[in-house]
Amino acid sequence: MTSVRLYVPKDAVALALGADDVVGALGAAAAAAGRPVEIVRNGSRGLFWLEPMVEVVTAAGRVAYGPIAPEDVPALVAKGLFDGLAPKGEHAALYLGPTDAIAWLAGQQRLTFARCGIVDPLSITDYRATGGFAGLERAVAMGSAAIVKEVTDSGLRGRGGAGFPTGVKWKTVAEAAGEQKYIVCNADEGDSGTFADRMLMEGDPFGLIEGMVIAGLAVGATKGFVYCRSEYPHAIATFNEAIAIAHGAGLLGHNILGSDHAFELELRVGAGAYVCGEETALLESLEGKRGTVRPKPPLPAHKGLFGKPTVINNLISLATVPVILAKGAAFYRDFGMGRSRGTMPIQLAGNLKFGGLYETAFGVTLGELVETIGGGTLSGRPIKAVQVGGPLGAYFPPALFDTPFDYEAFAARDGLIGHGGVVVFDDTVDMAAQARFAFEFCAHESCGKCTPCRIGSTRGVEVIDRVVRGENAAANLELVTDLCQTMKFGSLCALGGFTPYPVMSAIRHFPEDFDRPALPAAAE
Amino acid sequence: MSVGQSAAVSGRWDAARAREIIDAHLALEGPMIPILHALQEAFGYVDEAAVPLIAQALNLSRAEVHGVVSFYHDFRRAPAGRHALKLCRAEACQSVGCDALHEKLLHRLGLDWGATTADGALTIEPVYCLGLCATGPSAMIDGRPVGRLTETRLDKLVASALSGEARP
Repeated sequence: MTSVRLYVPKDAVALALGADDVVGALGAAAAAAGRPVEIVRNGSRGLFWLEPMVEVVTAAGRVAYGPIAPEDVPALVAKGLFDGLAPKGEHAALYLGPTDAIAWLAGQQRLTFARCGIVDPLSITDYRATGGFAGLERAVAMGSAAIVKEVTDSGLRGRGGAGFPTGVKWKTVAEAAGEQKYIVCNADEGDSGTFADRMLMEGDPFGLIEGMVIAGLAVGATKGFVYCRSEYPHAIATFNEAIAIAHGAGLLGHNILGSDHAFELELRVGAGAYVCGEETALLESLEGKRGTVRPKPPLPAHKGLFGKPTVINNLISLATVPVILAKGAAFYRDFGMGRSRGTMPIQLAGNLKFGGLYETAFGVTLGELVETIGGGTLSGRPIKAVQVGGPLGAYFPPALFDTPFDYEAFAARDGLIGHGGVVVFDDTVDMAAQARFAFEFCAHESCGKCTPCRIGSTRGVEVIDRVVRGENAAANLELVTDLCQTMKFGSLCALGGFTPYPVMSAIRHFPEDFDRPALPAAAE
Repeated sequence: MSVGQSAAVSGRWDAARAREIIDAHLALEGPMIPILHALQEAFGYVDEAAVPLIAQALNLSRAEVHGVVSFYHDFRRAPAGRHALKLCRAEACQSVGCDALHEKLLHRLGLDWGATTADGALTIEPVYCLGLCATGPSAMIDGRPVGRLTETRLDKLVASALSGEARP
C-alpha cells in the first residue's frame, strides 16, 4: 500500500496551538487504520486561524483541514481524511477543500513567500523543485555589476522599514575598497505584530541563504551573518540545520554551485534588546559590545561590521532577491504602486478574526486589509485603532482606512509601514494607555546613548500619567507634543525618533481618550 | 539550541567548565555574546565570576564585560526557577487582553515580573513579542510556545510547572 503523504506545520504558531499533539494523533490513527503515512513538517501557509492545518496529498492535489485538535483526528480519519474526503456531520466545517483554492490564499501574490508552507523547509530536493537556485545560477553567470543593476532596476526597497533602495546600498558596498566585506541579515524582528522573518526562517530557510549568497556575489563579500532574536528558538534551530545542509548542497562553502565563489554564513543570536534591530546597534552587538547606536556617517556600507564595508539588509529584503534574479527586475517591478514596487508580506495581527501572513503587491488599502481580508475583530466589536509598523508605528482610526499600503502614502498621513505589521484593536482599547505604553517601551528599550530618547521617554510616561489624572490636561498635552518634537528631531536612531508616531497619532486621532476629569486628591 | 529559553540547568558555578566554554568560542569573530549565551545555557545564569574570565580571554577590561552582561535583558545574574514562563506584553497581545490575564496571575502568585516562586519552581518573565501575534495572548514555557491563552489555560500551565512535571 502506498503511504499517504500528510503535511502538518512545524511553524511556531502551529506548535503553539498544539501541532505536535496532532502529529501524534495522526500517527496513532494511521496505525489503528493500518494505513502507512508519511508526515512532512512544513512551514505555515500563514492562515493562522486555521492552524494546526493538516494537508493530505491526493491525486487531485493537496486538500486541507483545519484548525485540527488532536481529539478531532480519529473521527476525521474515519470519515476519509487520508483520502482527502469531505467529512459529513459535526466535522464538516473542518474540511477546507483544495488548499490552493482557499480564497485567503488564492487572493495573494506570493513571491517572497511562494514556497513557505508548501515545502519541507529542510529538503534541498523540494527547494530545487520549486524554483530554488534559479536566481543564484543566473547571478553566478552575470557577475557583480549586473546583479546590482538587476536589484536596482527591480525597485526593491529595504523591507525593514526605512525603505532605502536596496540596489543603491549594494552599489555603495560593491564600490567600497576592502579585502573583507560582510553581508549582515537583520532578523531581529522585535516589532509586535510582525512575524514574517520568523516564518521565513522556519518555512523557507534556503530562500534566505540563497539571497545572502547573491548579495555576497554582488558586492564581493565572502562572509555573512544572520542576527536573529533569541525569542525565536524554533527559527534558530531550523536555520542552523539549514546552514549545515546548504553546505552539502553547494549553496554555501568554497565553490558555490561549482564556481570559484566562496561564501560562509553564521547565525548569531541576540539577547533580548529591541534596539539591536537598529542596524548600527545590531553591528555593535555582533561585535560583542553593548547594543548602542552608532552615529552615521560613516555608513555601514563604508565602515560596518568590524569597520569593514557591510551590506546590512532586513531578512525580507534578502529573501526577496532570489525571485528578482530568477524572474528579472521587470517582473518584480510590475507589481506595486508609485515608488513602492513589488510585493510586501503583510502581517495581520492582534484582535483580528483572520490573522496571518498575507503577501500582496503594494497598494491594497488598510481598510481592505483589516475589514475584508482580516475579517474584522476577533471579539466582534468595532475596530477602533490599527497600529501599523510595530511599537513605533502610528495608530490609524477607521477614518484613514482608505490609505493604500505604500511607503509614501503612509508617510503622508504621519504613519509608517515599517516591517509590515498590522495590529488591530477593538473599541475597548484606551488610547491614552497605548500612548503611555509607547513611551514606557521606549524607556525600557532605550540604549541610553542619546538624551532625547533616554530621558524623553521616561519624562513622557510621567507627563502622560498627569494627563490621565486630569492634571492641567491641556498644558501637559502641549508638553507631550514639545517632548515628541525633541525626540523626533534630536534622537540618534528610530527608537527615540519614531516613538512620537504612536504617541502623537493617539492624541491626534483619539482626543476623547485624553480628556480626563481631574481625579479627586487622595487627601479628600 | 534552546538559547536563552530554558530555565536554570544546575545553577552551580564551575570555573573550570566556564573556562572551557569560553575557550571553545574564541575562534569566532566577535565571540562575546555567544560566550554569554553558552554560559547561561550551561549554568542557567551568568555568574559574576565569569566577568574576569571573559575579560582576560578577550583582552577587555572587566568594566567592558560587565557593561555587556548588564545591557542585555536575556542574561540573568542569578539562577532562575526550574521552569521559565515568558508572557508576552506587547501590543498585539494587549489587543486581546493579555494585561488583565497577567495581572490576575501575578496577583494570585504574589509575584512581580522577573520573580521566582518561593519553592524555586517557576520564574515569570516579561517578553515583548514572540512572533505569535495573530494567535495571542502568547507565552513561552521552557522554550515551548503557547498561543491563545485563556485564564484556564494559563492556570493549567502554571499548575503543572509548580507541581514539578517535566513538561507543563
